Amino acid sequence: MSDETTQTDLEGQTELKIHPDLPDSPKDKGPRMKMLVRNLNFFYGSSQALFNISMDIQEHRVTALIGPSGCGKSTFLRSLNRMNDTIPGTRIEGEIKLDDINIYRDVRDVSTIRTRVGMVFQKSNPFPKSIFDNVAYGLRVNGIKDRDIVNDAVEDALKRSFLWDEVKDKLETSAYMLSGGQQQRLCIARALAVRPEVLLMDEPASALDPISTTKIEDLIGELRKNYTIVIVTHNMQQAARISDFTGFFYEGYLVEFGATQGIFTKPKLKKTEDYITGRFG
Amino acid sequence: MNAGPQIDLSPVDSPMLPFQFKAKSRGLIPKGLTLAAVLIIVLMLFIILFNIFLGGIGVISWDFLTQPPENGMESGGIFPAIFGTVALVFLMVLAVIPVGVLTAIYLQEFTHPDSILTRMIRVAVNNLAGVPSIVFGLFGLGFFVGFIGTGIDSIFYHSGRPVWGQPAIIWASLTLSLMALPVVIVSTEEALRAIPRELKEASYALGATKLQTIIRVIVPQALPGIFTGAILGVSRGAGEVAPIMFTGAAYYLPHLPTKLTDQFMVLGYHIYVMATQSPNIDATKPILYGTVLVLLVLTILLNSVAILMRSRIRSRRVNV
Repeated sequence: MSDETTQTDLEGQTELKIHPDLPDSPKDKGPRMKMLVRNLNFFYGSSQALFNISMDIQEHRVTALIGPSGCGKSTFLRSLNRMNDTIPGTRIEGEIKLDDINIYRDVRDVSTIRTRVGMVFQKSNPFPKSIFDNVAYGLRVNGIKDRDIVNDAVEDALKRSFLWDEVKDKLETSAYMLSGGQQQRLCIARALAVRPEVLLMDEPASALDPISTTKIEDLIGELRKNYTIVIVTHNMQQAARISDFTGFFYEGYLVEFGATQGIFTKPKLKKTEDYITGRFG
Repeated sequence: MNAGPQIDLSPVDSPMLPFQFKAKSRGLIPKGLTLAAVLIIVLMLFIILFNIFLGGIGVISWDFLTQPPENGMESGGIFPAIFGTVALVFLMVLAVIPVGVLTAIYLQEFTHPDSILTRMIRVAVNNLAGVPSIVFGLFGLGFFVGFIGTGIDSIFYHSGRPVWGQPAIIWASLTLSLMALPVVIVSTEEALRAIPRELKEASYALGATKLQTIIRVIVPQALPGIFTGAILGVSRGAGEVAPIMFTGAAYYLPHLPTKLTDQFMVLGYHIYVMATQSPNIDATKPILYGTVLVLLVLTILLNSVAILMRSRIRSRRVNV
């Protein structure tokens, strides 16, 4: 693939050449790309939500997706683990590869994709079950019944999400007894328990107070070592703080994509600059 | 009440002096009317309950509750009818819950809510709720007893004597369950609709299949709503007579039903029989009152059990 991506600009009048400022493109045989998106078009019924998106998602890095509401960043995120399949009337064109598997064409059982590509949602959504059962849910639905394995996996996941010390004495109490920030970290633990390789996060901290947000951000920094993370965020500072790569979405187009450093200090396009500096959005 | 200053304070009414009288009464008449309506209802309920209680409490005794009727129902108890009612309602709930819940799950989870098919099913369900109960009774006789029952007999039994093809408790409870079906479907659907989309997505995102999500997340969440449907169904079923008088309820039986193909006595029908068929109305009157009282208490009791189970599920959901 060329590291030069062609995109129509927003008004659709002229063709713009965007050079993603990737420090390690696949050609360099440097860091591995975990997911490859090529010419992705997405439709809700007859209305197109994503236009010809191509993106490389690097392994063990944090990729942030920014853009105004309704720009398609969440739709894009949800297409990475086929969550959009659950919405009737949606259609997808193009390809998305996880390692070498085309997740739309090569995969029969969609749950194999969803266990490899986990997801954390905007609003913390623990099940109305105990803390333990929440984390164990993913294991159980995937057929793991051995009690020792489940116990170990739950403990491991809770430790990875830095929740273990807070909940180890009350694993059997309801998840609803936890604070909002704890619930969100529980949801992260729940996603981690099935040992995903990629973690998708849809504005995971937008409903949280600043302290809980900091904890989530610290956690993301920690998880980055072992997981590939794609995060949607409305918060520019957050994107700048935690991500290695940033993609700017606008009206269904991936306008600019590259290293976060570059996007935030010298964006190539006026539109990106305007959005980042808060002139619209 | 001093009406003058009150009207002056009202900015709308003050410039329209000719309507002063109207304005004054505007607040009182609606309140009076609505209160009167409420009082009529409360009074009626009170009179009914008081009358039944006074008339019936005298005959209530341990023997009345545990003995069968004697002397052409002029003395003795009503135990077979109590037993039959409980058994009937139990079988009805057993039949209506799976069918109703599965229907609601289908409508909510497997169809597009606005598709023509879904709308047609909904219309059918609503119409089912509007069918008079005597029609259900006749349908039950024709379909369950005449068609299904006789069909089973002609395939499995060749003795010539009907085994399944006659009125029986199973056909009566199935007929009743048809009648209770709409309530169960509607209340289950409401419960399913109230489940946040995020919970289902969380389940899917962890690799759960649709079936696993339904079993592990959706149905447990909807249980209180399902119980509400069961409660409403029980309330409706326990007192109904018309659907069961052709399909299994018996005038008088010396023994209790032990098989699904047995006929049974039931409180509602027993009341009807005593009120209309008794040769000695004075002798049966206290028993009639007592039977009505027992039916009322039994219905309330069956309801309370279901409400108790529902609230236990609700509290467990919060506290785990």
